[in-house]
Amino acid sequence: MSTVTTSNETTPAALPPGRYSFFDLVKSEWTKIRTVRSTMWTIGVTIVLGIGIGALVTAVTRAHWSGMNLGQRVSFDAPATSLVGMFIAQFAVGVLGVMVISAEYSTGTIRATFSSAPNRSKVFGAKVFVFGLLAFVVAEFTAFVAFFLGQFLLSAPATHAMLSSPGAFRAVFGGGLFVCVLGLIALGLGTIIRHTAGAISAFVAMLLILPIIVQVLPTQLSLDVRKFLPDRIGADIITTNGGVGQSFSPWMGMLILCLYAAGLLIIGNAMLESRDA
Amino acid sequence: MIEAKGLTKHYGAKHAVEQLSFTVRPGFVTGFLGPNGSGKSTTMRMIMGLDSPTSGDVTVKGQHFKDLHWPLHEVGALLEAKAIHPGRSARSHLKMLAQTNHIPMARVDELLEVVGLTSVANKRAGKFSLGMGQRLGIAAALLGDPEILLFDEPVNGLDPDGIRWVRNLLKGLAREGRTVFVSSHLMSEMALTADEVIIIGKGKLISQITVEELLSQSTENFVRVRSPEAAKLKLALEKEGAVVALEDDGSLSVRGVNQVAIGELAATVPVVLHELAPQSASLEEAFMELTEDSIEYHGTTATGTNSTGAKS
Repeated sequence: MSTVTTSNETTPAALPPGRYSFFDLVKSEWTKIRTVRSTMWTIGVTIVLGIGIGALVTAVTRAHWSGMNLGQRVSFDAPATSLVGMFIAQFAVGVLGVMVISAEYSTGTIRATFSSAPNRSKVFGAKVFVFGLLAFVVAEFTAFVAFFLGQFLLSAPATHAMLSSPGAFRAVFGGGLFVCVLGLIALGLGTIIRHTAGAISAFVAMLLILPIIVQVLPTQLSLDVRKFLPDRIGADIITTNGGVGQSFSPWMGMLILCLYAAGLLIIGNAMLESRDA
Repeated sequence: MIEAKGLTKHYGAKHAVEQLSFTVRPGFVTGFLGPNGSGKSTTMRMIMGLDSPTSGDVTVKGQHFKDLHWPLHEVGALLEAKAIHPGRSARSHLKMLAQTNHIPMARVDELLEVVGLTSVANKRAGKFSLGMGQRLGIAAALLGDPEILLFDEPVNGLDPDGIRWVRNLLKGLAREGRTVFVSSHLMSEMALTADEVIIIGKGKLISQITVEELLSQSTENFVRVRSPEAAKLKLALEKEGAVVALEDDGSLSVRGVNQVAIGELAATVPVVLHELAPQSASLEEAFMELTEDSIEYHGTTATGTNSTGAKS
């Protein structure tokens, strides 16, 4: 077995000039994300729960429509009701966002990754790009299917919306975008914390515990802070019949959420660069 | 060529690597030897740009690893066995590495064949044994057909057949003119594989030496001489500059002159010789002797080395 290691037939032809590119890393990250089961599981859960819960809630609403009073019927938000599943789907996307990076640390793959491409920012950029794109496609798919299925189930006499109804497109597209950006926040947390359980806990706490803590603050302060929280921003973006209390405008809230994600990803990248792998 | 200059790594108060300087040359298997916890893995991670040195510098082919344009084509490394996502197949693991450096899938399949994992290439790596993990790690290191190869404890978990395979592989790679740097805490393994060894203890360089030199320099190399006139012979030998010790059993342990000189001297004195037996230490003992003071984790039942070990 003298020269098994250097076989001429498969030794790569002349390498392109320059160095490994962002696109090379994107291909590698795509291979990584689609060759583990956790990706399939979390995407499956996102789609099934995101669509399924919306369908369940809209169907139940339709069944009880005759028992609802006029006030309830007038204030009924058909797009938002069909999109409630997104608030469950967000956790599955968050878990995937965390695991995309934390699994590299827990398994040691990160060292193989950086041994093949030592420019860590470039690797991280490719990771953010691939995960972000996947999360965007999955979340938007889920939101749009949930909306159309929900409206279909809300047949007359119940009120239902069309995509052209006031605020409906914003609610659906924004609902998907909201879940995608939360996923990027989770990826940022995973990069900073590096442990799957710790990062998922932080992500869940941000969505479920933080609102409770803010609620016990003095009233005015609580109102001022509340609108900055991600869960409120998410509620704002899918609501089409007026605000849910003191809030930013839907897109302003989304911009703030994007800034959270950007901030966490920038901090995560800086820590990735400075810490030992 | 790997060059370390004053390489130092501190983790808080712990000095993992301290002022380490060495050169690993192409065309040889260079062993990196030291007890557990002596800083071998940390040093290897610093070579690969994974850990940054507290001070000092290390380069591969005169460049920092991070500046290499096509890292897999220049340096291949097996840093830890089973550093694989348990849910990913061996083939996918190699594929995601290959894609970063323009390595075709044909090369991936070829290497799976070389390391003997073709039949399990599409199985989830979580079910792999340690030995299979090592083989996959070796395949990953060889992907880009690199000139420089680093292996951290590559024979851990391998069966005797696998160990022999790795040994031949390393030697073959060196024969092709590559730089092969392989760590181990087993001197006996290095004795069979390495041409040269870099020995460290507690993060400090103890010696960089060829395997032959290490054997010949060892103070455990001596000649055992028996003579009915031991005292007279001892005097004569000491006059010649030899270091002679009278052992409990009446024999003489002579250091500093070889058996030929002792025999000739005995004839001129003259004294009768009953035994003239060169004793050489095993590499294991030579290694123990060098690292005696720098072993961090002593076993509680550690026994001293046998001072008159026969050649193994």
